[in-house]
Parts: sequence; structure tokens; C-alpha cells
Amino acid sequence: MSTNAQQTARNVTLPSSLEEAVAALAAAPSAVPVAGGTDLMAAVNSGLLRPAGLVGLGRISEIRGWQYADGHALLGAGLTHARMGRPDFAALIPALAAAARAAGPPQIRNAGTLGGNIATAAPTGDALPVLAALEASVILAGPGGNRELPVSHLLTGMDPLRPGELLAFVRVPLLHAPQTFLKATGRTGPGRALASVAVVLDPARRGVRCAVGAVAPVPLRPLEAERWVAGLIDWDGGRLLAPEACTAFGEYVAGACIPDPVPGPDGAEAVELPPAAVQLRRTVAALARRALGRALA
Amino acid sequence: MTGSDAATAVPAQATRTPAAPEPVLHGLGVSVRPVDTLAKAQGTFPYAADLWAEGLLWASVLRSPYPHARIVRIDTSEATSMPGVRAVVTHEDVPGDAMHGRRVADRPVFAKDIVRHHGEPIAAVAADHPDTARLAAAAILVEYEVLEPVTDPEKAFAAEPLHPDGNLIRHIPLRFGDPDVIGDVIVEGLYRIGRQDPAPIGAEAGLAVPRPDGGVELYVASTDPHTDRDLAAACFGLEADRVKVVVTGVPGAMGDREDSGIQLPLGLLALKTGCPVKFVATREESFLGHSHRHPTLLRYRHHADAEGRLVKVEAQVLLDAGAYADHSSEALAAAVAFAAGPYVVPHVFVEGWAVRTNNPPSGHVRGEGALQVCAGYEGQMDKLAAKLGLDPAELRMRNVMATGDLLPTGQTVTCPAPVGELLKAVRDADLPPLPVDEEESQWLLPGGPEGAGEPGAVRRGVGYALGMVHMLGAEGTDEVSTATVRIHDGRATVICAAVETGQGFTTLARQIVQDVLGVEDVGVLAADTDQPPSGAAARGRHTWVSGGAVERAAKMVRTQLLQPLAAKFGMSVELLTIADGKITSYDGVLSTTVGEALEGKELWATAQCRPHPTDRLDDTGQGDAFVGLAFCAVRAVVDVDIELGSVRVVEMAVAQDVGRVLNPRQVAARIEAGVTQGVGLALMEDLRAPRGIIKRPNLTGYSLPTALDAPDVRIVKLVEERDVLAPFGAKAVSAVPVVVSPAAVAAAVRAATGRPVSRLPIRPQAAVVKPQS
Repeated sequence: MSTNAQQTARNVTLPSSLEEAVAALAAAPSAVPVAGGTDLMAAVNSGLLRPAGLVGLGRISEIRGWQYADGHALLGAGLTHARMGRPDFAALIPALAAAARAAGPPQIRNAGTLGGNIATAAPTGDALPVLAALEASVILAGPGGNRELPVSHLLTGMDPLRPGELLAFVRVPLLHAPQTFLKATGRTGPGRALASVAVVLDPARRGVRCAVGAVAPVPLRPLEAERWVAGLIDWDGGRLLAPEACTAFGEYVAGACIPDPVPGPDGAEAVELPPAAVQLRRTVAALARRALGRALA
Repeated sequence: MTGSDAATAVPAQATRTPAAPEPVLHGLGVSVRPVDTLAKAQGTFPYAADLWAEGLLWASVLRSPYPHARIVRIDTSEATSMPGVRAVVTHEDVPGDAMHGRRVADRPVFAKDIVRHHGEPIAAVAADHPDTARLAAAAILVEYEVLEPVTDPEKAFAAEPLHPDGNLIRHIPLRFGDPDVIGDVIVEGLYRIGRQDPAPIGAEAGLAVPRPDGGVELYVASTDPHTDRDLAAACFGLEADRVKVVVTGVPGAMGDREDSGIQLPLGLLALKTGCPVKFVATREESFLGHSHRHPTLLRYRHHADAEGRLVKVEAQVLLDAGAYADHSSEALAAAVAFAAGPYVVPHVFVEGWAVRTNNPPSGHVRGEGALQVCAGYEGQMDKLAAKLGLDPAELRMRNVMATGDLLPTGQTVTCPAPVGELLKAVRDADLPPLPVDEEESQWLLPGGPEGAGEPGAVRRGVGYALGMVHMLGAEGTDEVSTATVRIHDGRATVICAAVETGQGFTTLARQIVQDVLGVEDVGVLAADTDQPPSGAAARGRHTWVSGGAVERAAKMVRTQLLQPLAAKFGMSVELLTIADGKITSYDGVLSTTVGEALEGKELWATAQCRPHPTDRLDDTGQGDAFVGLAFCAVRAVVDVDIELGSVRVVEMAVAQDVGRVLNPRQVAARIEAGVTQGVGLALMEDLRAPRGIIKRPNLTGYSLPTALDAPDVRIVKLVEERDVLAPFGAKAVSAVPVVVSPAAVAAAVRAATGRPVSRLPIRPQAAVVKPQS
């Protein structure tokens, strides 16, 4: 039982539109927006966070769905994982749907949102490698109007949220090609990712894009490996790739994300990778190989 | 189960029409339904956290953030002066014994000069609002001088004493046979078992109500009310009869439930304020406060002859007891006595130690001691089988123990020990089918639905494990239970302090009385300390001693009831039978109802049950320490993704020595629960405490098996060879599947991967097959 939440809930606003929400945040800059609350309320209950106020986003219907916008999908930040996991969404952005279905037990997926996954920016956030691989961008609503920036800029802190800004939409390109998201956990039931890999094919630009989650604070993109493997794929034919090439891609990705230790400046022998890192690298290699294999199958 | 078949046959639309009533089952040997299931399913069953009293205050406990520190100063003035705070208690406010403990009084109610584990209680606050109490507890100023914690049990021997009693809680050097014998084949192994948490799902909570006579009543989900009462009375400085422990609904118990860290501060606060005080532990406090399973380090050397018969077992067992002794001594006795497993071994040498560290406290979690060594000796049996080129089941079959064999403690196994029969049953059971290549099977891959499992990388493994536990307290513990049976107006009431923890005691008591007195309507009163003691709800105690006491009392009532009738008709009581509320004689001359026979009277009888006494293990580990033993064989079938190391337990086939099935549904439920707990320990449950600090004391950080992790549990055989010593011939069923399952899963992962798997829980990196390069 925890009653901390009641204490913090003294200043709660429940706007019903984005403008109202932005205005509420502008009026109380120390208030924290809350959507599903699956991460935020856990932090409040364990006493890690005592927000001065809350702006509940649950009543803003415009961010709870998605729409098409010139070859892109404009996803509301309030889309729940449960909604993203449904077949109609999976037909549109399969990797994001797979990540949403893997994101936890049903109770969490029913409440947790896409925007919340980005805002929490946990290394193990399942949607994040998919968004990185899709090169998605986020649209932030703020007092001075909307601005759009790549999701990676937000996650790395290159261009952080400004005071009074609210994560409103995520713009995702519609690629009409296979995508995969694979996640390794220590168990069969829902769990946090030890490592996750998203692979998306972009036949129009003849590209393969890959992102690795959970091994670093932000999703990692092995760009060289992507370019190398894209050059091997027969895009006009059956998109075939030799199994050895898939394996090599896996090794390439894993080596890029978990690099060998650099030799010392005096030319001294580099220390060996610790066993846990070797194991993680093997896991990433297997995931990347399988993810690419399934995307091309 | 005609009832359930009939129910499933009814089409879905017709469910509104009343289905044919399920035949009412009663008596022993049938699946009588527990009375509280409906209330539990509907959420109306009152647990300790639901209690309320007019004008109650809320308690909060301040706990140590350090595993080892000297307390320089405690300043409660700021907390005391906060509005709404009614009392603050520290070690200075303990009127009675400063130290307590379930076995050894070595644990302070509140830390005085020194804290010995992360989460040790230092002070408690009562306030009129839970948040005020929490804030006030946080406002207590404690100045610590942080000390280096001793967290490696191997270093505890040489470390500075952490406690006036020293760091060595117990040492048992077991010597059995000739130390100089050497086998043809020798295998060695080192095994590590992690720290499992009992993780009771219901909140740990309690309510203390002061009494006008200066005493106090504690409403808690205790599993051993009399011990808790005595312990509390000693700390409060009160006579035992002025403290009453009333057992409320127990939301699951895998060992001792509420740690005394809840009951004692509550009682002290109630006595100090004169108001009822309630406490509900957060999940974090639960993880910090209650006892865990002993993390264990095992070193083994097995000697066998060329045919695979065991010659000698040498072992070292090191239990990490945490900061306080608790049940560690008894756990060590079980670990040492069962170190060779249910096998015939002529020469056994075991060194066992339980040592004190600054790690989270260890205590009674079912199967303690026996579980850890089972993982060790079964790992050794697999190693031996590999070395000899024998089938692991065959190697075990050549060594199994039977009735009449000796334990390494010199005790003769007098109870049924159908170990070979159990192993044969699981070995000969059909294997589960391999998954077929279709969409649906994706769900059945290791890693689960939406996981990364790939059929090409999955290997299936089959592993066996055999194990044993002792029933009832060991080494001279006085096991006694008293029960009263009362019959009036054609219905019966059972009064017994045996706690219903969900294990089914109340159902069993009803079944016994239904059987003996032939009445349908049997009530079982809730347990409290006004009743005579019945001991802790653990190790099958209540099936054995409390069930035995209920049976004796019921039989005495039966004699009282039938004696006048028998005398009237000039026949002996034995010639009369009671069934379905009717009393009939063998020849049919007499036929009356129980109600008529009572003639408006009320009949009472009280009886005790006390099994034969046991001895403490002597200084070479010898002695008849156990009342009885229960055995189990498990065959685990696992699928392992050998690249990612993810494991899915496909099926656990169980054959168990149960003595007699008293309630088939409950037996099946207990076995399924036990196997699932064991699988949890095998694959995920490990409360990590690096440098003595529990980093993530919550259910996000501590994984429990979900429905997706839980395997199919298949009970292939229940061997009903009655134990002549036990009432009804029934053995304890809950603990032994927990003991054997982790070892079976480890054996199956070994078979699938060829890796040694010497550590539980099995981490993914231990189940990965390294590429050949």
C-alpha cells in the first residue's frame, strides 16, 4: 500500500486538448505530464519522484490515435502498447507492433503509451530501437508552436525537451516492407530486454536499417553494417541473402555495438572483453542475424 | 469428476440455467472443496491488511540503509514534535528482553549500537496518518559510522565477530563410515544456490489493540501464533497470558510469514499510545524484513565403483545465515543429513557450517537445507553418469534407497521409501510431444510469445532428480498439537490453533470429522493463542499432528455419542456405524440420526497428538533426528535456445511418495505450487544483494514465474504406501516438490546443452553453447 500518490496529486489538471495541456504546463512549469503512468507512478510510489503537480493526458483524444500524412503515419503519443499491438497497426508498422506486444504483461500494455516509452527513455524501452531504426521523428507541442526533431536527438539529449513542451506525436515513415523486432529476456514471461534488435527494410531507398536496444543508454545504429548488407541484397529479385551473410551481418552489428577494447596509447596489449560483454555480443549477433533473416524470409 | 465433465458439456448459452448440482463430497480421500475459496475469489476474504479499529494509528518502521554500521546517535526529537505523531519507539523503549529469535534469542527488536543487515529496524513511529508516520520515521536522525560489511560467507570465519555470539552459528562434521575408502571413479563439483525470497503475494500487515488490563492483542497473519506470542510477551515484559495473538487471514505462506519486525514494534506502539495501531508493509519493506532462503555454497566429491554404485560422498556445505541465527541450525542439520540424497552410500563425510554475515537474513523457507544439497548431489549424479557413460536415470536406479537403509546420520529409514518406484514412474512416463512446425508453436519457443526464439537453435533436454525432506521439526523439537471437537445440534465444531495458511488444514479437519462422526456440517474456528498450542504451519505438521489430534478428539466424541446407544441395545460400539448423519447397527435393528442420539446434549472432547521424540545430531552428525521422510522424483523436460540461453520448461513429470491421498485436489494443487516455486528458483528467483544492499527490493527487480514461465505439471504417480507412524498414513506433500524441481531443471538444461550448470538460478550465459572456434 502506498499513499504517496495522494499527497502528490494535490495539483492535477486534466486537459481535454493539446492546447489546454500546453497551457496547463505553461501555467505550472514544474508539473509533470502523465499518460499511462507505468513508469512515473512507480517512481512516485517508491519515493524517487515528488512532482509538484500532474497534467493528465488521458482525456486528449487527438493523441490517442493515428493518422496518415503524406507517406508517413502520425502516431499520437498517447497510443497504448495494447492498441499498437493489434493486427491493423501491425500491418502498418510491424516492428513497432512487435515491440508493443513484447513490452510487458497485459496490465502494463493496456496503460503504457508510446510517448511515455520515449519520455522515460529507459535503455530497455522496447519501442526505442524500432523508432531509431525507422528514423522516426517526434513532434513537440510547446507554447511557441510545434517543432519536429529526430527521435534520436531527443533520446541522446542533443535537443532535449524545453520547459512547457509536450511530446504530442511521433512521425513514422510507412515503408511497406518487412520489419522485425526481436528481444532477448532471461525468461519466458514478460521481462526486461537483455538486448533487443530492430531491423527494417526500405526497398524504395534500397536500405536496411538496424538498431540495437538495451545494450547502451540509447539505441545504437550500426551504420556501416547496414550499408554493407544493403549492398549485398538483391533488391530487384527475391531479396535473397546467403545465410553466411546474415551471420556476418550479426557479427558486424554486435562488433559495432560492443566494440573491442581499444589498445592503450603506449601500444600495450588491450585488455580482453569481460565474459559478460562477450556473452552480450553473442546475444546481439544472434538477434541481429535472426532479425535480418526473418525480415528477408 | 463427473461434475466438471457435466459442466463442460453444457453449451455456453445454457450456463444461465442452473446446472445439475455437483454431488456434495465429504470425508477423507475425496476432493472436498475449501470453504474460503469463493470469498477469496470474490475479494471478500479478510486479510490482515483489511483490519480496522476505531481510532487506530498507523505505524511506520525506520530501517537501516546500511548492511553494517555503528549507530553513534539516534535523535527522535524532530519526529516526536511533528504534528500527528503519537509515539516514537527505539531500543530504549523495549521494556522486556532486548533480544529475541525463533530459535536463538540473538536478534534485537530495534538495533541498538550496531546494525547488521540492510533493512534492520531501528525505530518505529505511530501517527494518525500513514504518511505522517512515514515522514516522521524519515525525520528520525540516525548518525551512523559505516563499517565494512562481511558479505562473503567464506570470509565470515576469519572476519571480526559481527555479533557477541560469534560468526559461526553451527558446525556439523558428519562422519559415517571409513574415511580412507576410495572409489574407482571420482567426480568433483562446486555448486552455488542463490537467495530465493518467499515473496508472499498478500501484504504483510498487522493490527495491535491494547487491552484494558495492560496487555495487548496482536492481529497478525502468523503461522505460529504461540511462539510469536511468547516472543512478543518476553519483549514487552508481560506475562504470556496478557498477550494474545489472533491469526487473521493468511495470504500465502512459504515459511514464517510476518517477520517479528512487524509484530514487536506494533505491540510496543500500542502499549505506549494506548491506541490500536496498524501497520501495512510496502513490498520493499517485505523484501528487506522477512527471512529468505539460505544462499549456499556446496563442494562435492563423489566416489563410485565401475558399475556406478556410490562408494563414498564427501561434501562441504556452507549456508549463509545472514545477520541472525533464526532457523539456520535446523536448516544445516537437514542439509548435512541429506547431503548424499536418497541413495545408499556406505561412507559419507560432510562438513557443514552456517555462518553469520551482513547479508539479508535467512530463515525458514520450505525445504530449507534439503533443497540446496539436492541441487548439489543431483549435479554430481549427472557428472558421474557422464563419466561412466551411463544413462542418468539408470545410474540413479542403481543407488536408490529403500525402507531399512541407513541415512548418513545412522538413522534407519523406517518409513516407506519407494524411491526406485518413483524414479521408474517418471522414467517410464511418455515424453511430451515435440512442437510441430506451425504458427501456434511460436508461442512455445524459449523466450515466449514475441520472443526471439528460433526453432533451429532450440535443443530439448530431459533431466531427472530425486530428493527428500524430513517431516515435522527435527532434532528433539517437541511436536505436539491439541484439538477439541464439539458436537451439538447435529453439527460439529473443531477448535485447534493450527493455522490455515492456504495449505488446507481447515478442509482436512472438516474431512476428518465428517469421516469419524458422519456429520456433514463441520465448522473450524479461527486460531488464536487462547487455544492450546499447535506449532508452526510447516513441514506437514498440521496434517500429521493437528490432523491426528482432531481425529483422536473426534473418535472420543464418537464413543461418547455411541456408548449409551450401544449399552441400550446390548452391543459394542464397534458394531455401530455413522454415515450421512445416521447411526445404524450392523444388523439394521437400530437406525437413528445423530441429532436424535444427542438428545439436545452437547458433547466435547479434547485430544493431543505427539509423535515419537527425536535426538539432536551429535558432534559427528549422528542421531535419530527425524520423525519421518518424504520422497519425490521429478523428470524435467526443457527447451533451450542454445544461442541466447533462454530456457522454457516444457513439462515437469512428478512422482511423489504421499503416504495416502487425503484430498486429491489439494494434493495436486500443492504439488503444482511447489513445482512452480522450484522452477522459479531454477530459472529466475534470486534476490541479489551486492555488498549487502538489496538493490531492487520490488517485484520488478525480483522476477517470479508468471503463467508463461510455469510449466505443465504432470503428476504421473502418487505412491500411496501408508506411513504407519503418521495419522491416516499421510505424508507432507508441499515441500518435497520444491526441493527436487530446481535440481531436475538443472539436469535437463545440462542434458540439452552439455554445460555443467552448477549455479541456480540458471543464468542465460550458463545455458549457451559456445560456437566451435
